Amino acid sequence: MTRFLIRRLLNMIPLIVGITFISFLAMSLVPGDYLSNLKMNPKISPEIVHQLQAQFGLDKPLLVRYAKWLWGVLHLDFGFSLKYRVSVTSLIAARAFNTVILALASMIFAWMLAIPIGIVVAVRQNSIWDRILSFLAFFGMSIPNFFLAFLMVYFAMWMGKDWLPPGGTFSVDYNSLDFVNRVADRINHLILPVFVLGVAGMAGLMRLMRSQILELKNSDFVRTARAKGLSERVVIYKHVLRNALNPFITMAGYSLGDLLGGAALVEAVMNLQGLGLLLLDAVRSLDIYLVMGSVLIGTVLLLLGNLLADLALVAVDPRVDFSSMASQ
Amino acid sequence: MSAPASALPRLQTAAGATLVRGGLAREWRLASRTVRASAVCLALFYLFAALSPVFAPYDPTFQNREMPDCPPMRPHLSAPSQWNQGLLWAYPMRMVDAEERTYAPDRTRRIYIHLLSGGHLFTTDSPTQPFYLMGSDGLGRDLFSRIVYGARVSMCVGLIGVLITFSLGLIVGALSGYVGGMTDNLIMRWSEIEMSLPSFYFLLALAAVIPPGISAAQRFFLIVAIMSFIGWAGLARVIRGMAASVRSLPYVEAARALGGSRWRIITRHVIPSVIGYAVVAATLSIPGFILGESALSLLGLGIQEPTPSWGNLLSQAEDPQNLARYPWILIPGIFIFLAVMSFNFLGDHLRDRLDPGNASR
Repeated sequence: MTRFLIRRLLNMIPLIVGITFISFLAMSLVPGDYLSNLKMNPKISPEIVHQLQAQFGLDKPLLVRYAKWLWGVLHLDFGFSLKYRVSVTSLIAARAFNTVILALASMIFAWMLAIPIGIVVAVRQNSIWDRILSFLAFFGMSIPNFFLAFLMVYFAMWMGKDWLPPGGTFSVDYNSLDFVNRVADRINHLILPVFVLGVAGMAGLMRLMRSQILELKNSDFVRTARAKGLSERVVIYKHVLRNALNPFITMAGYSLGDLLGGAALVEAVMNLQGLGLLLLDAVRSLDIYLVMGSVLIGTVLLLLGNLLADLALVAVDPRVDFSSMASQ
Repeated sequence: MSAPASALPRLQTAAGATLVRGGLAREWRLASRTVRASAVCLALFYLFAALSPVFAPYDPTFQNREMPDCPPMRPHLSAPSQWNQGLLWAYPMRMVDAEERTYAPDRTRRIYIHLLSGGHLFTTDSPTQPFYLMGSDGLGRDLFSRIVYGARVSMCVGLIGVLITFSLGLIVGALSGYVGGMTDNLIMRWSEIEMSLPSFYFLLALAAVIPPGISAAQRFFLIVAIMSFIGWAGLARVIRGMAASVRSLPYVEAARALGGSRWRIITRHVIPSVIGYAVVAATLSIPGFILGESALSLLGLGIQEPTPSWGNLLSQAEDPQNLARYPWILIPGIFIFLAVMSFNFLGDHLRDRLDPGNASR
């Protein structure tokens, strides 16, 4: 296991270097930079602009700047945000926390609904419930999450103040609240985004659960279990379900990328202070180190999530071990 | 990931011939009602894109400054004696409160809607006396006309994107799977890198590169190119798996024994055998392009004003106050939703038809 872990962690390095370099290149290709806005401003003298340029190393060649940045990252120094005037590290930490909470909560929400619904639908295949829910699953899979987010914002505005907040991370009076109320306030603000983000994932997972169970229902080990005289209930819940869950763990790893992307859109529409919204702000204002930091953290989150999913799969499925995982 | 080898011969015959043999009429009979509805929906949207000036009643960039954020108007059927003036009519809208931008129908007058006149499907005498089927936006532009023109961007982005990823994925995947060895290894490592990216983050970072001054068409192609660059790897990997399993099948070995060149075997034997899957995968990947473009445009990084796309039409809704007061600005979202759902239904149906081994029961 240690060897597997080391191998996987080492594999991440070229990935991270690759993606950050491409992003760095991309950001450098953008005509103008953050300082070009300042240069236009007649109130700011050219000397100050030059000084800032030297301070942030914007006058050095590309590779030097990238190497400097990478060296800083190794020391957990992600650079300095030109727009917010604080270190990128401090900005990202809080934002990444919000995004991770949002993603995790919506994943749990999706699983908690998708698995039981998927089972019911598969057990009563072709019943009226099966048809209705399968159609709804298509609906949920097809509705763009930013559109659903808009609909929820509209709904919240329509319901008025006493219902759920239509956007934001916390209330205006957040700082005056005690700890319990703070947590409650945050949860209150998370309900709608989690719902929006969960719906799409739920639909896909439900379809997966359904097809898994239908496929396993006619397999040999299920026939054996039935032949032993086990009740249908035990057959489904103990034998079929356990095997049907394996692809879910793999899916969980793969869906992280979609979840991060979806979270970015939901954050933008619902004004939730997450990593995606931070990246969007940074891209819009050409705040290069902030972009790099957000992309880096997003990538690391994704890779770690994939790794965790693989570890969970080994733990759950005795047919999968580390050697087969490494050769994949 | 790779399909069982036993599925391949069946898939090949199915893919090569099923759709052609029976013709479109037979396909139509076989399709369920939802699939038919999807096909009609998509056909209509592509007609929007191809014949925008006909379907749009007005110029999509014409700003009627007198009537910003006007709500949708209800059409009424004319009495037969007035059919010479127009089959349909609507009450013109009058602004009641310029601050809040609220409107009330002016019941003393009528605007007649002329069908099939002046090269439009329907229009009124003048854009300053408009009939807003779906309301107007903050600059007084007809939302329906903008949606019709927006179909050009939103519906084409999927087609062109798929064309690029499809050809890239098919060639690279088939090559990788068939040639194997070092080439395979390199291509697969590269595709792994692409697949483990947080693609939307990457898309955002790359979209910043698009220079602001270029034309709408150039911008469009750059966006498609970026999305294709991010998206081809998944398809290539699956095709590669299938191609690798085809490699040792007797008919490919026979082709090799007959002295067929590598290129010939790939294009004549390997690709045809995986094309069924690729068609399904391509159809199902179109929604991703449509959504990607809309998301980028919504966030202001994609297609720019004044060129409409279904995504940037929604950006007015980013302000919750706008959303609460003028909810019809969400209508473009319904179009995105319908297009995506139709492609999903169609893709699912194609999978059942072309790839029976993988049919969802």
